[in-house]
Amino acid sequence: MAAGATRGGGVTTDTYKEARTWLLMPAWLVLLVLSLAPVSMILIYSFLTKEFRGGVIWDFSLAAYDQFFFDRGLFGDEAPSIEWTYITIFWRSIWQAGAATLLSLIIGFPTAYFIATRPEKVRPIWVFLVTIPYWVNLLIRTVSMKFLLRDQGPLNDFLMSTGLIDSPIHIVNTNFAVQLGLFYSYLPFMVLPIYASVERYNFSLSEAAADLYATKWVALRRILLPAIKPGVIAGCILVFVPSLGSFLAPDLLGGAKNFMIGSLIEEQFKGNAGNWPFGAAASMILLTMVLIILLIFARQQAKAEKREG
Amino acid sequence: MPEDQSIAIDVRDAVKRYGDFTALKKISLSILDNEFFTLLGPSGCGKTTLLRMIAGFEDVTEGEIYLFGDEIENLPPHQRPVNTVFQNYALFPHMTVLENVAFGLEMRGNSRAQARTRAGEMLELVQLSQFAARKPSQLSGGQQQRVALARALAPQPKVLLLDEPLSALDLKLRKSMQLELKYLQRETGITFIFVTHDQEEALTMSDRIAVMSEGELQQLGAPRDIYERPHNKFVADFIGETNLLEVSVDNIINGRAICHLGGGHELTCNEVDGIGVGSKVHMSVRPERLFISDDPTEGGCLKGRVQENIFAGTDITTIINLADGPNFTVRTSNSERGNKRIFEPGNEVFVNMEMGAARLLAD
Repeated sequence: MAAGATRGGGVTTDTYKEARTWLLMPAWLVLLVLSLAPVSMILIYSFLTKEFRGGVIWDFSLAAYDQFFFDRGLFGDEAPSIEWTYITIFWRSIWQAGAATLLSLIIGFPTAYFIATRPEKVRPIWVFLVTIPYWVNLLIRTVSMKFLLRDQGPLNDFLMSTGLIDSPIHIVNTNFAVQLGLFYSYLPFMVLPIYASVERYNFSLSEAAADLYATKWVALRRILLPAIKPGVIAGCILVFVPSLGSFLAPDLLGGAKNFMIGSLIEEQFKGNAGNWPFGAAASMILLTMVLIILLIFARQQAKAEKREG
Repeated sequence: MPEDQSIAIDVRDAVKRYGDFTALKKISLSILDNEFFTLLGPSGCGKTTLLRMIAGFEDVTEGEIYLFGDEIENLPPHQRPVNTVFQNYALFPHMTVLENVAFGLEMRGNSRAQARTRAGEMLELVQLSQFAARKPSQLSGGQQQRVALARALAPQPKVLLLDEPLSALDLKLRKSMQLELKYLQRETGITFIFVTHDQEEALTMSDRIAVMSEGELQQLGAPRDIYERPHNKFVADFIGETNLLEVSVDNIINGRAICHLGGGHELTCNEVDGIGVGSKVHMSVRPERLFISDDPTEGGCLKGRVQENIFAGTDITTIINLADGPNFTVRTSNSERGNKRIFEPGNEVFVNMEMGAARLLAD
């Protein structure tokens, strides 16, 4: 109300500032309560001592991080060497999330391009169709996928009936199954931002490129892609980040051998066997890693822009 | 147009259909080498479609297009040695001005260094050298226009296509760009095909004009030709201002058609093939070919009354109401008027014209 009065002109700057503070409160509240507070809590928990039935003892300890990075033998009295178990899980997670992102990009980009080049009236229908499967709960979708992909499932039945294969292909419990699951979980997050940027793209730029002797491929690479890059980057981040911490697809489709960070963290908080500080520490390491990856990405982006400009 | 001038673009029976809609109905025309050729018509007449067919952005439904004797209508755009200046310029926003101009040269196989040197020369030609490192968004509309021009001319196309390139500029800038384009065409010797809906622009710049309407060619000729001898009602009405009246032909004597306009007024027009005595046709006479006098002995043949004078700087437009007949618009240049009196509204006057000024039109 005060801000409305300001527009009238008769109110002092101080009143305006006060009004602004109040009006910004909801935004600050959301940032503090829903973002900073939980992250701080996880950070604090990661430096506490574990209680054996879940929960924590309020004693400062580096044990969680120590357990993550160092191996001190079964009884904890040997000289520390690097613990590869968790690093391997992290590495596998990055790899899996990266593969799922690439898969989403390969399928998502043509899909987005297709939708954006339909007549304006039917575009919302296509977007709607892309999002329909996502009205179903993720768990149900992932379980259904396992059913479809298993050795006696419809996919293998179909392939065998066509004579393309003699015996079922083992897809479930492989890395590829996890990638497929992640890809299917997050595909719309790739399609929608790319669609938005292709829709804004001025197609006469592609015509100009063709007019200036560029083949379709060169026009795509040198004119279209740079123009829609923000959409592609947004799509990749939106698929990569949740894939990295995902646990449903790895658990259900990957089996024990294809364990990912999400599952590792999940286990630490489940039932009595958990280790809260260790789960919190793993979460913090995951968070840090995502931030580092995004930073490297942003810096390279800036460098590339400087080179071009 | 010398006879030996070779043909740059030859369009033969070109038809363009979108589903049931026919955008171009069997167009045939030849555009000569080193010519400034204009496709002129109202929006939706098919002029841009024809240009885009020459560039390769639209398929040709039927017919052929030849570029210096080579059939090109089935080639993709990137294999046609023609370049386009787009209506909205279509400059690549992520590239600098220099990179924009160098793009086509690079695509044609020049090394990066070669392309940039040549692009620099092109920027000099359009006087934009100091902006080479800027992005297109940092330039004004007129400057962007020149970059688009330099980019399209840099690969030395055999024909340059211009799709209403001046329509986004303000009037003053447009006028100066019109002259600049004309000079540039003469300097480079490249055939220009220019699309516009602005008849004045077309008259100013072109060697020849093709007037189009509803997917059909209405008339093809030099600007003077089209202005002074329009073939039909559409061309007479679309090009310049005119008095367009329905008349009936009373008599034809020695190649002159005596017509009446209603209200007892009579007028002598040129004879046109296919128009016989008794037919009802349209007649066109340009306002600047009419004179006003207060004395019928000066040759005034149409008697009327002044309705209004409109002052417009270089000339005065007078609207004259013929007794029981139609209105006539007469334009008198202020420099030619000299001491001649200005007739006030309500004055009784006579409208006069030279023989041949009034033309009968085939429909």
